[in-house]
Amino acid sequence: MHASEEAQTESDASRSTDQETPARREFLRRGITAGGAAVLAGLAPESRAAAATPQWMTRPGQPFSNYGLPSPHEKAVIRLIAANSAVSGNGLSWTPLHDLEGTLTPNGLHFERHHNGVPQIDPAGHRLYLHGLFERSLSFGVDDLLRYPMVSQQCFIECGGNSNSGWNEEPLQAPAGSLHGLASCSEWTGVPLSVILEECGLHPDAQWLIAEGADAAAMNVSIPIGKARGDALLALYQNGERLRPENGYPLRLVLPGWEGVLSVKWLRRLQAATEPVMARNETARYTELLPSGKARQFTFVIEAKSVITRPSPGQHLAAPGWYPISGLAWSGRGVIKRVEVSTDGGKSWIDANLQTPVLPRCFTRFRLPWRWNGESCILQSRATDETGYVQPTRPALIAERGRHGYFHYNAIVSWEVSEDGSLSHVYA
Amino acid sequence: MSMPESSAPSAARLEERTARRGPQFASALLLGLLTAPAFPVAGPGLGQALSAAEVAAININVFPNGAGLPPGRGTVADGQALYAARCEACHGIRGSGGSADELAGGAHGLRGNPPDKTIGTYWPYATTLFDYIRRSMPPTAPRSLSDDEVYALTAYLLSLNGIIHGGDTLDAVSLARIRMPNRDGFIPVDAR
Ligand code: HEC
Repeated sequence: MHASEEAQTESDASRSTDQETPARREFLRRGITAGGAAVLAGLAPESRAAAATPQWMTRPGQPFSNYGLPSPHEKAVIRLIAANSAVSGNGLSWTPLHDLEGTLTPNGLHFERHHNGVPQIDPAGHRLYLHGLFERSLSFGVDDLLRYPMVSQQCFIECGGNSNSGWNEEPLQAPAGSLHGLASCSEWTGVPLSVILEECGLHPDAQWLIAEGADAAAMNVSIPIGKARGDALLALYQNGERLRPENGYPLRLVLPGWEGVLSVKWLRRLQAATEPVMARNETARYTELLPSGKARQFTFVIEAKSVITRPSPGQHLAAPGWYPISGLAWSGRGVIKRVEVSTDGGKSWIDANLQTPVLPRCFTRFRLPWRWNGESCILQSRATDETGYVQPTRPALIAERGRHGYFHYNAIVSWEVSEDGSLSHVYA
Repeated sequence: MSMPESSAPSAARLEERTARRGPQFASALLLGLLTAPAFPVAGPGLGQALSAAEVAAININVFPNGAGLPPGRGTVADGQALYAARCEACHGIRGSGGSADELAGGAHGLRGNPPDKTIGTYWPYATTLFDYIRRSMPPTAPRSLSDDEVYALTAYLLSLNGIIHGGDTLDAVSLARIRMPNRDGFIPVDAR
């Protein structure tokens, strides 16, 4: 077992599944025979009795609860917050991606980006107004919308500003969630926007919908009519329950695969127009300045991206041996076709297993068993989507965009494992 | 703008129309229904008509061509006094050095390192300033400024950025006429 790092062969990787991999068999064998027995053997007789019958098996448990909460032992799994000192509701909180598994984000951990706080909306006093280039200007109460035909759609939402510390000269040291956690994935349920546009009778000259939220920033942005008539959703439910206030209660737009600022929360108004409104958040912000001095604008689609969430900075490898590499990949253009993992800083790549079903515009979980040999090494992941687009290296992205674009950073992420088992963020 | 009585496709209204158009339409509709999904493609038609006055009361979008700008006017001088009272605490004296975004005083242009993206160097449209201040600022009391005050603050910030003169007054016509230096600085990527 002291041999140098045992990179899995391609055929091992493609044969393996989550249930049965060579690594898992090895892990179980070592865990039970060596590790498990050693732990039990070291315990005093009384605590061996306690281990045989833990205290929670000797007394009745807690009663029922009206709304379940995580175990108190998981209280460190939280959204970390960064907000403006003078305007506490202007800022963000990150999904702790490094503490989560699977593909769906728990509602209480969905990332937040608010411009002026979370409005406390009474649904009885909230309406959706549609006006402008329609045959009919109409308004809808929340109760009205609940009677419309609904669809459910799983998708990620990612802030255009996610991962933006990647543009920095020096790699920022923070947990994976605090670097890349302005992205979350949910099942959203609601009324297709197209149904409501149909009822209002969209004028053929309408090219844009100007969406506005009912928050204290009255946040507004312009949405091309094609997306609005396509898969845009007027979401009322998130992962089966009504939206959380911080995710737009009682009504939000969801534009699958497009940058998060367009999925307007607390949706109140849609004006159909021939031109975009050129709001502050689609001109001064959410645009990407290039080295030429020109700026990319209306960069809606989230390009393919991936990050290893485990192991990642803040976590620690206790000793050489088998560890699962686990991470997330996503693309606003559709399905993730392939995620490759490198444990040698990009010199060689191995295909990771993709958790099925792989859904378009959703978080895709990739996993790969890995044996750490105790030496320093660099872990990376690289996503390819159904269009053939391959997640770029950091130098390639910077060569194309410069370093002052601020938004839409999607380069390959590198974690360095040190000989002491600690992990740090590096540029490689 | 005349608002035709809502003809949303509720079941009752469809029946009405079917009745009016006679048996040919009815059989076409029936054929459609045979192959239709179990759910209605359209909604139940619950939208309530909005009057032009109701729309005017809620519509605060201001477009680059000036559409949506309200009546009213404001001077740079009035804006300067308002700015000191309502904005300076966060945005700093003359628009820089505060806790919030820099609004003026960009020392170098868009190709500097780091570049200076301010209203004068970066914003493509002056109307955006009116739209944004009226809807969002100040964060402690949004929607508390009168339209005249928003014109005055817009005028002051544009003068700080060297776009208009200190003696100028802004109204709907003069604001929409302003051409910002970085008007052509943007490349639309996914705009359609
Ligand atoms: C309590 C602090 C505070 C006060 C007072 C305040 N602002 Fe702001 N302002 C902010 C913050 C914070 C932002 C950034 C908001 C965001 O990112 O969503 C901002 C953003 C802006 C912007 C957009 C800047 C950019 O580059 O995108 C403008 C313009 C602006 N404020 C104008 C004003 C004016 C005019 C006033 C006075 C009426 C004012 N602000 C008062 C905190 C404040």
